[in-house]
Amino acid sequence: MNAVSEPAVTEAGAAGFLHRFEGLRARLPGRGLPWLVERREAAAESFRAQGFPSRRVEAWKYTDLAPLTQAGFGEPLTPVESALPLPRPAAPRRVVLVDGRFSQDLSDPDAPVRSLARHLPELEGRLGALARVEDLPLVALNTALFEDGVLIDLAPGEDGGVIELLSVTRADRPVASHPRHLIRLGAGAKLVLIERSWGHGEGRYLHSPVFEVEVGEDAHVTHARMQQEGKGAIHLSTVFAEVAARGTYDSFLLHAGAKLSRSEAHVRLAGPRAAAHLNGAQLLGDGQHGDCTTFLDHAAPDCPSRQTVKTVLAGRSRGVFQGKIHVHQVAQRTDGYQMNQALLLSDQAEIDSKPQLEIYADDVKCSHGATVGELDEEQVFYLRSRGIPAAQARSMLIEAFLQEAVEGVTEEAARAALAEAVAGWWERMAA
Amino acid sequence: MPAVTETIDTVASVTSGTYKYGFETEIEMEFAPKGLNEDIVRFISARKNEPEWLLAWRLKAFALWRTMEEPRWPAVKYPPIDYQDAYYYAAPVKKPGPKSLDEVDPELLRTYEKLGIPLREQAILAGVEGAGESPAEGRMPVAVDAVFDSVSVATTFKGRLEKEGIIFCSISEAVQHHPELVRQYLGSVVPQADNFFAALNSAVFTDGSFVYIPKGVRCPMELSTYFRINAKSTGQFERTLIIADEGATVSYLEGCTAPMRDENQLHAAVVELVALDDASIKYSTVQNWYPGDEDGKGGIYNFVTKRGACRGRRSKISWTQVETGSAITWKYPSCILQGDESVGEFYSVAITNNHQQADTGTKMIHLGRNTRSTIISKGISAGKGQNTYRGLVKIQPKASGARNFTQCDSLLIGDQCGAHTVPYIENRCMTAKVEHEATTSRIAEDQLFYCRQRGLSEEDAVGLIVNGFCREVLKELPMEFAVEAQKLLQISLEGSVG
Repeated sequence: MNAVSEPAVTEAGAAGFLHRFEGLRARLPGRGLPWLVERREAAAESFRAQGFPSRRVEAWKYTDLAPLTQAGFGEPLTPVESALPLPRPAAPRRVVLVDGRFSQDLSDPDAPVRSLARHLPELEGRLGALARVEDLPLVALNTALFEDGVLIDLAPGEDGGVIELLSVTRADRPVASHPRHLIRLGAGAKLVLIERSWGHGEGRYLHSPVFEVEVGEDAHVTHARMQQEGKGAIHLSTVFAEVAARGTYDSFLLHAGAKLSRSEAHVRLAGPRAAAHLNGAQLLGDGQHGDCTTFLDHAAPDCPSRQTVKTVLAGRSRGVFQGKIHVHQVAQRTDGYQMNQALLLSDQAEIDSKPQLEIYADDVKCSHGATVGELDEEQVFYLRSRGIPAAQARSMLIEAFLQEAVEGVTEEAARAALAEAVAGWWERMAA
Repeated sequence: MPAVTETIDTVASVTSGTYKYGFETEIEMEFAPKGLNEDIVRFISARKNEPEWLLAWRLKAFALWRTMEEPRWPAVKYPPIDYQDAYYYAAPVKKPGPKSLDEVDPELLRTYEKLGIPLREQAILAGVEGAGESPAEGRMPVAVDAVFDSVSVATTFKGRLEKEGIIFCSISEAVQHHPELVRQYLGSVVPQADNFFAALNSAVFTDGSFVYIPKGVRCPMELSTYFRINAKSTGQFERTLIIADEGATVSYLEGCTAPMRDENQLHAAVVELVALDDASIKYSTVQNWYPGDEDGKGGIYNFVTKRGACRGRRSKISWTQVETGSAITWKYPSCILQGDESVGEFYSVAITNNHQQADTGTKMIHLGRNTRSTIISKGISAGKGQNTYRGLVKIQPKASGARNFTQCDSLLIGDQCGAHTVPYIENRCMTAKVEHEATTSRIAEDQLFYCRQRGLSEEDAVGLIVNGFCREVLKELPMEFAVEAQKLLQISLEGSVG
């Protein structure tokens, strides 16, 4: 089955996206809801004013969006190929988005997940409550253009189990999708979400999702994010999470695919003893650019936060880590820890790291560390002296470095999925 | 400068911790008209009898400055500066050299006295004929160059240093007597267009110190410059240039004070260091400009560009700074490690109390093979102070085997202050190794309790703990300075506990 009509690829840059908004505004879901129309218009205006961020913007110092701004993108086609080959499921229940649209056919009807587009009338006051657009042009763009996404609502005490959210993009055309996902956990609820971005083919496309995650009191979310986009993809995602008292937002970010990827997390610890883990691993091969950027807002007392991000770079690749911890004056007895390690496997790779502490409370314990280096030759020597060939010794050490990053994930299903994605990366690279 | 220690003792007991250098000396001054334009640049240059090339150099800097914007990225806040509302040239009126101390302008002498400069050196500084050629008794001699507002007033121990072939004089003198050296190196580390304040300095710098250590010479004494902003509504724009030729070694100290005023004064200095093969430069600063009063009124804006180039193989540049003064501090003493196996070091203590703001750190740019750098930064925030460490470690592809270790620790005293850490690490070399660690905490209750239990007052206990916190940096200072710095730390923090 093929497209009814082939929508044109727009011109390059911000103007192309704005034109697309002009063309689509009368057809976007929720066009009958005044509050949403207003929100979209304001967001488009904000994007028009800001444009795509240049490297002169401090938060984008190390990531150049030229591959995005110098190319044109088109709207995804409406019909969905039901015979789309999909990766093996990572969880018993899976929901699938194709080109940013919820696919009823491919999704498990038992999962507590609904299509966002079909439930927009209920979302007044909630959609955009966490996702701010003023200084985040990509979020503004997403707000203006989103067509669908998932809606997960867990009642107090409900256990949502393990759910896989698979976003597939068919890379045969340069499509751009901007899904919006809303997740809310009532008090004491629990959810393990394995979120995968999967690319089908090697062409250029843009996948730019925005998440708004509300974690209620004593609730617990594990958010395992696996970016395994196609080779030509641009992946720009933004997560907003707000955690109430004693709640936990436990996330792990894996960057393995895409040509250019940046994942931004804005996490706010809003209630006492709320916790956040923002761990991650970036596996970057030749020609890849990966950027893991996090903002952690300690806005309540007694909150712990943990962050370990590891980056492995091969070939001509570039890795970026930016992590900011902001401790408000009320956030006494904050315990923040941030670790960032990079392993350079090539003399053409570059790593840029900017851990940042901004602290306005005095009774705090905050620390960060960063290390950058190549494989420890002494460790290689140790293995070789025990009869292991050099190539294999290196491969073992790289594998160990990566698996160590994943080990911190406490949820077994999520950890297994991540470990599998990481396993054998170096063999594939070296091959 | 070392005798400043004693002054602190005496004055501290009287004023108990308020700013001790807050006196103004009424000396006949000569001012250039207020404001900044090309004519002022020409005026300064003409007044200093400068060669044509230097005037052209200044004018180029001025033209560049006009096209530049004031940086807004530092984490400091201040009202816009009116660059037209300041004097860019102020010099004590020159009279023929007095025959003895009795003939010296008593106001100037009183200033030296308050600064704690010993009599013999006072005589030299005041330009008493024949003074200063025999070494002072009983202690290590220190050669001093005093810069008063815009002009270097005197340099001591010149003769002794000349015997070794060392040039230590004001930069204006160097322009007259060693123009080839100045021309070769001026602006070679900090170009005119480097940044807004460096461009401003390049256009209007009025004096500063110049040091040249010839090949293979180890400078026999500490060299020291003493800076003071005295006159009202003046900016101080000094320029320091230190060159250590092959195999040379020098240790240089810098101290600063200013009178108390309720307006803000601008200090935009440039310091350039050049170390050739096997040369070593140690540059120490105790910065104690007037920090403003308890409500944040007045104080110096200290916007300084300091950079050293390790041009030669195995050369070494070490920066040590103790920053206790200034309303706002904005400086990043940096090292460009060009020569293979060259070494850069940065040791810093920065204290902000009351409404002080500091945004300081370093840049280590690794270009050569096996270059090494160490960064140790200790930030202390008290009162409503805001303290930011901002640093860059950059390793270029050719810097194989480069090594960096960075440690920045912040200490918070009170819940109204802020401590921030913004390190940038950019590595493009596989074989380089970079380590960075940072911590932020407050003074541990158990440490305080331990000290109090042994009879120390809370204030003394805090002083003791803070000194311990800064020990790694203070031990890098030359001994006389270390003692002074320790006292300064304690004084700066007074009123912040309890």
